[in-house]
Amino acid sequence: MSAPPHYTPYHPKWYRRRVSVWWWLHHRPYTTFVLRELTSVAVAFFAVVCLWQVRALAQGPEAYAQFLTWLRTPLFLVLNAVAFLFVLFHAVTWFNLAPKAMVVRLQGRRLPDGIIAGANYAAWLVLSGAVTWILLRG
Amino acid sequence: MARTVTPLLWLLFSAGGTIAALLFPVHLLLMGLAFPLGWLDAPTYSFLRSLVGHPLTRAYLFILISFPLFHWAHRFRYTLYDGLQIKHLTALIVVLCYGAALAGSIMAAATLWSIP
Repeated sequence: MSAPPHYTPYHPKWYRRRVSVWWWLHHRPYTTFVLRELTSVAVAFFAVVCLWQVRALAQGPEAYAQFLTWLRTPLFLVLNAVAFLFVLFHAVTWFNLAPKAMVVRLQGRRLPDGIIAGANYAAWLVLSGAVTWILLRG
Repeated sequence: MARTVTPLLWLLFSAGGTIAALLFPVHLLLMGLAFPLGWLDAPTYSFLRSLVGHPLTRAYLFILISFPLFHWAHRFRYTLYDGLQIKHLTALIVVLCYGAALAGSIMAAATLWSIP
């Protein structure tokens, strides 16, 4: 009984049809799914831009001015516009999934999905307003 | 090993996803489009510098950069598995994704720490 079970990870006799890398383009739900998964690339892109901005701020006024010049180039305007759409898509899909991931019970009753998603959207509005208010003061 | 690390990675993924969902759209819209295109007046260097001088702002910026990077690492790892069908490269993908997120976080912490 103590002998470890033996697995065969690959069996050359089985026939496996090769699936195209673009399998997700043929059906709309699959396309939505893959686009949602790809939003992580836009998230990483903007996190790196933030890191770049912090480094430029630390290095001094010249470095920061150079950073701002880069952001005004067509390349970065296009990249940022595309990343913004993806990040927006991430936010909406994330908030809509929140009720499924986070079940809140109040006095033994499950809170309706709409309330949890609504709370997320409300927090989104408040935080966006606060960030805008702080940055526009300078 | 995998049993202890997986919940932590998932926690980082979901925390980073929430932070990115709540804060990235507004920051990206302002810094990436509204300020460079002149829709709104951009904050000055000295204002941002005094803002970053506060420890709370530094903590905020670290959270804003680090957690979403781990969110990307976790999600992109599975995108590579499913999308490109390269599951046999698991070890390499894991090292590259989480390693990049870790490197970015360390760089953010070091930079924020070094600001006088």
